[in-house]
Amino acid sequence: MFRNQYDSDVTTWSPQGRLHQVEYAMEAVKQGSATVGLKNAHHAVLVAFKRRPSELAAHQKKILTIDDHVGVSFAGLTADAKTLGRWMRTQCLHARYFHNAPLRLAKMSTELGNKMQLCIQGYNKRPYGVGMLMAGYDEQGPCIIQICPSANFYPCQAMAIGARSQSARTYLEKHLNEFKTCDLEELVKHGLRALRDTLPNEVDLTKENVSIAIVGQNLDFVVHENAAVEPYLSSIEGEERRGGAAQPQDDEPAAPSDDAPAAGEAETMETE
Amino acid sequence: MLGLSSPLMPAKPALPDYSAGAGPVEHRFNPYSNNHGSVVAIGGSDYVVIASDTRLPSGYSIMSRTQSKLFPLGEGGRSVLGSSGCWADILTLTRLLETRAKMYWHEHAKPMSTGALAQMLATILYSKRFFPYYTHNILAGLDENGEGVVYSYDPVGCVEKFKFGAAGTACSLLQPMLDNQVGKMNLAHGNPEAQMDMEEALNLIHDLFVSATEREINTGDSIHFKIVTKNGIEERTIGLRKD
Amino acid sequence: MAFPMDPFSCPPLWTGGPDPSGYYSFPQIQSRNASNFKGVSAGLKPQAHSQYPITTGTSVFGVKYKDGVVMAADTLGSYGSLARFPDLRRIIRVNEHTVVACSGDYADFQFLQEIIQQKQIDEDINGGGVTMKPEALHCWLTRFLYNKRSKFDPLWTTVIVGGMQDDKPFLGYCNYIGVAFKDDLMATGIGMDVAVPIMREVLDKKGVNEFTLEEAKDLIRQCVRVCFLRDCRSSSRFNMAVVNKDGAVVEEPTVVDTNWDIAKTIKGYE
Repeated sequence: MFRNQYDSDVTTWSPQGRLHQVEYAMEAVKQGSATVGLKNAHHAVLVAFKRRPSELAAHQKKILTIDDHVGVSFAGLTADAKTLGRWMRTQCLHARYFHNAPLRLAKMSTELGNKMQLCIQGYNKRPYGVGMLMAGYDEQGPCIIQICPSANFYPCQAMAIGARSQSARTYLEKHLNEFKTCDLEELVKHGLRALRDTLPNEVDLTKENVSIAIVGQNLDFVVHENAAVEPYLSSIEGEERRGGAAQPQDDEPAAPSDDAPAAGEAETMETE
Repeated sequence: MLGLSSPLMPAKPALPDYSAGAGPVEHRFNPYSNNHGSVVAIGGSDYVVIASDTRLPSGYSIMSRTQSKLFPLGEGGRSVLGSSGCWADILTLTRLLETRAKMYWHEHAKPMSTGALAQMLATILYSKRFFPYYTHNILAGLDENGEGVVYSYDPVGCVEKFKFGAAGTACSLLQPMLDNQVGKMNLAHGNPEAQMDMEEALNLIHDLFVSATEREINTGDSIHFKIVTKNGIEERTIGLRKD
Repeated sequence: MAFPMDPFSCPPLWTGGPDPSGYYSFPQIQSRNASNFKGVSAGLKPQAHSQYPITTGTSVFGVKYKDGVVMAADTLGSYGSLARFPDLRRIIRVNEHTVVACSGDYADFQFLQEIIQQKQIDEDINGGGVTMKPEALHCWLTRFLYNKRSKFDPLWTTVIVGGMQDDKPFLGYCNYIGVAFKDDLMATGIGMDVAVPIMREVLDKKGVNEFTLEEAKDLIRQCVRVCFLRDCRSSSRFNMAVVNKDGAVVEEPTVVDTNWDIAKTIKGYE
């Protein structure tokens, strides 16, 4: 990104009609490690690649449980994700307190969008520097919703965000038609394969660096870590990586490729 | 010397004049209702049993015959709250506790222990010290060693830990029998060392409720048990007199 | 009300709400609290809370049957002992699987009705086909009424919520203090003393799972009839509502069966 005279605060428009601060926040999402969300007829699954700041540190959590029926994985500023996560938890607690029912996901994403939009409306504010994939199950069925720092949100069949996530999206697009009819086990495998495609060749998925979360019909949101992800990992072990080739680096403009929202947003990231 | 006047306490007229409208009269509505109910809990070395009747009265009417007053608290299910008194307050209090337990679970990634719940309940009750939740609570659960414990409360949060306890309308009928049969107090006959196993505890509670139902009009319809062991919570229901 | 003491300003043409070009905001809880403080300092009376109901509706009844629920309430609005309003509808249809019936203060019921209907509109706007289920509404009403009583400003009303909760019949009760329960049968007010024993007797013999729609309707008609005969604040005209998997219907008012055979012996009052 090049600095320019129109990016000093979030209320300044560029002559091209852009809010650079918002676009920078969208870039922050690409700094975070990749995470993939996808759903079939009865379940929604999140898989996330955990990083650690150094060999000495533990892997950073990537998936937050919000309520029995919903959780999020995120890419970008972890602290922002936790703030938003806590806010979403409070919303869900309120829904249960007042209505004895889980908060509907359409409503939750609308309200989250409203909240995130407020901070791109004031000169002394900054957008949340985090993108999220929300996976949940309510009376409308399973759902995956992508939430951007621009306060946009998109219900998806499948989506990937974070570093090198274009490779994952390519995988997801290729297999999109299989998701609806496949079973849960196959769905998790698809998620893991998509996530693996985002990794450089020398890195592989291990039980330490992968989190898997599942939610669905008669199944509360559950996050699998460490030993619990091993059976899933072994189920795709030895398969050939499909999009394994090295992908464009983060600081290069992403190729405008398709109508997926993340890619659509990425198109606007080119600087003048 | 009662009734005689002294210089310090001038005598009041024996029968004051009847007066209407002598001063402003304030009508205030009563925000409480007493919906009664009785709760008994007995803790053993590896279990705790808690039971309530299921009658929900209002005045002399029975609103419902099937209302349990037991509330399992916290994910993981090792504690059960039994609550009687103002049903509106009970509903609110238990809803609040449920919410707070869930917040704890989010925050600490583990269910609340019985001791933590007990302390939280005391704090919440005392926070309403000057507009109290009109509730008589018994919290039964397993402690960190898997042993049954019973916490007994007054409506404003005074709490004490016991091995058994009773609360609610028929408390004064139930507690002395518990003291005697479980606590081995005032025991002229029988073995003071005998431990009570779970079946004995259940039978005793059954007998106690049957007896209380005979003497106390707001207790009856059926007994609802919750039996907490390390394997989880089991439920049972036994009928009582419906009159 | 900016200068209440200004001798030159005209008396307000429009009181007790915003001026005609202003906006109403329901519920007026916030503006009320805000004006309370200023009002006191301006020498106005402090906010008064209602201490008793004014225009009232009497008992409502509800019973489950194997595929749904049946509810009923008469259409009389009493002003004290005066039979003031003969055609007040006290059962409202909230959506295709929820109805609400109220006894107690009718103004408070209308206030609640306003809020419930607005809630349903909000749901329709952002829900996309999802509607407020009876249990959610019952829970919310319980919280609302409890919170009002906790502010010493109760709504003098008792509510019965009936409907289909995930294909199962639902019946819930809540009064002005926030006492709430769910059961297979229920009635409010004097009906709790008069009608509930009748309903219990029938349902104890025949469980809810065996109980048919026609039997439930007959039972409810019987309850309304007994209450009409015994309750001085009731009338013979009543609404019945049925909720089942086919939807929620509040039927047009009908009249209870009464026996006028005895009238021919009454003479001299014509």
